[in-house]
Amino acid sequence: MSIFIDKGTRLVVQGITGRDGSFHTRQMLEYGTQVVAGVTPGKGGQLFEGKVPVFNTVEEAVTATGANTSVIYVPPAGAAGAIFEAADAGLGLVVCITEGVPVMDMTRVLPYVRERGARLLGPNCPGLITPGASKVGIIPGNICLPGRVGLVSRSGTLTYEVVNHLTRHKIGQSTCVGIGGDPLNGTSFIDCLRAFQDDPGTELIVMMGEIGGTDEQNAAAFVRDHVTKPVVGFIAGQTAPPGRRMGHAGAIISGSSGTAAEKIAAFEAAKIAVMRRPVDVVELVKARLK
Amino acid sequence: MNLHEYQGRALFRAAGIPMPDGDVASTPSEAEAIARRVGGTVVVKAQVHAGGRGKAGGVKLAKNAAEAAEAAEKILGMAIKGLVVQRVLVVPAADIASEAYVGLIMDRATQRPVFMVSPAGGIDIEEVAAKTPEKIRRLAVDPRYGLLPHQALQLALFLYQDIAKARAAARIMEQLYQVFTGNGCSLAEINPLVTTPDGRVVALDAKISIDDNELDRRPDLALLRDESAEEPSEVQARRANLTFIKLEGNVGCVVNGAGLAMATMDLVKFYGGEPANFLDIGGSSNPDKVVNALRIITSDANVKAILFNIFGGITRTDDVANGIKTALSQFPVKVPIVVRLTGTNEAEAVKILQGIGMTALSDMDEAVQKVVALVRGAA
Repeated sequence: MSIFIDKGTRLVVQGITGRDGSFHTRQMLEYGTQVVAGVTPGKGGQLFEGKVPVFNTVEEAVTATGANTSVIYVPPAGAAGAIFEAADAGLGLVVCITEGVPVMDMTRVLPYVRERGARLLGPNCPGLITPGASKVGIIPGNICLPGRVGLVSRSGTLTYEVVNHLTRHKIGQSTCVGIGGDPLNGTSFIDCLRAFQDDPGTELIVMMGEIGGTDEQNAAAFVRDHVTKPVVGFIAGQTAPPGRRMGHAGAIISGSSGTAAEKIAAFEAAKIAVMRRPVDVVELVKARLK
Repeated sequence: MNLHEYQGRALFRAAGIPMPDGDVASTPSEAEAIARRVGGTVVVKAQVHAGGRGKAGGVKLAKNAAEAAEAAEKILGMAIKGLVVQRVLVVPAADIASEAYVGLIMDRATQRPVFMVSPAGGIDIEEVAAKTPEKIRRLAVDPRYGLLPHQALQLALFLYQDIAKARAAARIMEQLYQVFTGNGCSLAEINPLVTTPDGRVVALDAKISIDDNELDRRPDLALLRDESAEEPSEVQARRANLTFIKLEGNVGCVVNGAGLAMATMDLVKFYGGEPANFLDIGGSSNPDKVVNALRIITSDANVKAILFNIFGGITRTDDVANGIKTALSQFPVKVPIVVRLTGTNEAEAVKILQGIGMTALSDMDEAVQKVVALVRGAA
């Protein structure tokens, strides 16, 4: 079992003929993801790698192939437009990998997507993977292992670091989700916690947060009130200076709010086991898995 | 990207927000000329990206043009929180009857632009929020419809009971909203918004931050970046497409990915070291990025050792190894380098490093402990 994607995921890749889109489509195909269509306006009628049909619009792709999920690799200027289009085409899950989408665009995109009943993951995220079933985005498949730990994170390579530790100790994952490092995003920690709590295939949840905003604090309150499964957490950015954007647009301590100390305290108050180092994930998870 | 007050003023005035006359000067004689033109008592204000300018002596009152030149002479070249003042703003001193606060931020929780207004203006709004939250009124604006007229008036009536003043303030809020959405702001703030004894409502300050992601499509705003107000190494890094933030420690860090970069700095601290910087070489790295990263880090005299922490996903670890090899052939690196890499093309990367007499570790904790030990040995 898993959350958001599984073997039934039928993927359309928006921006399939671009540099990033084509590279990662090959990786997803290699992993076994059902990539059923691609979209690049003006390139409709082509075949990607001799097997994936390319369409001019997402609507055409959905009608022709029954795609139910989209992944977006278009440049920042076109990313909001691509999300609008995916939501209009009736897709249930839209994953936006693009980094650098203007926040003002997101204020219009987010209500639009919600009104159409779609889930947006990202932007500026690595996507998600259900090991052994489907990978949507850019998380390296070879470091993952099927299993019962659900993982949700705001970052990319830090997630790989932790997943790698788990896999090396034969601790598999149900689904690994990267929600992205932007201040406004489509899917929050709470959305993922709720889904993992409801997923019978997930026994324990690992949550990787960072400085900036209050999503982790809200997530901690949700864990306290609604999550019965054990949760292990991490917060990156304890040494980050206030007022500076630490790479991710959302990773910034504003005034005195959004600090690592505040988030770690919220985790501890919600009985979330806090890793001091990424490697601590192994012992903390082992002690809590049946 | 933070704007200087004089740049924010220009955007406010373009939108029609009433502000006192005045201009920016980079020499005492320019300040004198502006003071003479606007007449009367003026305020000379340091233009730096730092709060607490007044307390630091960066804001001075001048009764006439000669005093304005003197004040500018004192303020220009002064360092406020480490930032050297290059320009001053010269504006007429306003007669103030009351001070209020009007701010608009991109709010992460509601995912909308949110107004914060308070009749307690001119002071730190975080402090007001903490101590007397009842003195703040908030409004989340639905970006699809914008700020509606009755919403603007309700906010304004929270500041002023007098309907004429409230109407004037409501208009300013609508104008502020236009500035905010029209320039992709993450913050637009008037602190203070004042009333004058003759009943006018005027903005005395302009604070604007622009979402960095807007700058590609708005070259006009990108031009407002003042590189002279930034750390030179950070400017150099941005030009090389690296995300770099200079810190005070002595362990240089080169990492791929922002989250891992933060976690690496934290781990350096955990094992008793102090990071010299945050540096993210990004996803699809090419060897040039690594060369530039090393050049920037080695130009910091505090750096006693350098740590690479690379988790190869999209980043090819052999690209990083080649970058290290190229850098070492181009310029001398006098401090030890500890390399941790794992993932894509790891075997090739290890071979490249062995070819130049280096070794690579595959474990993050081991690498951090090693670099911290090296720095301690050097100290």
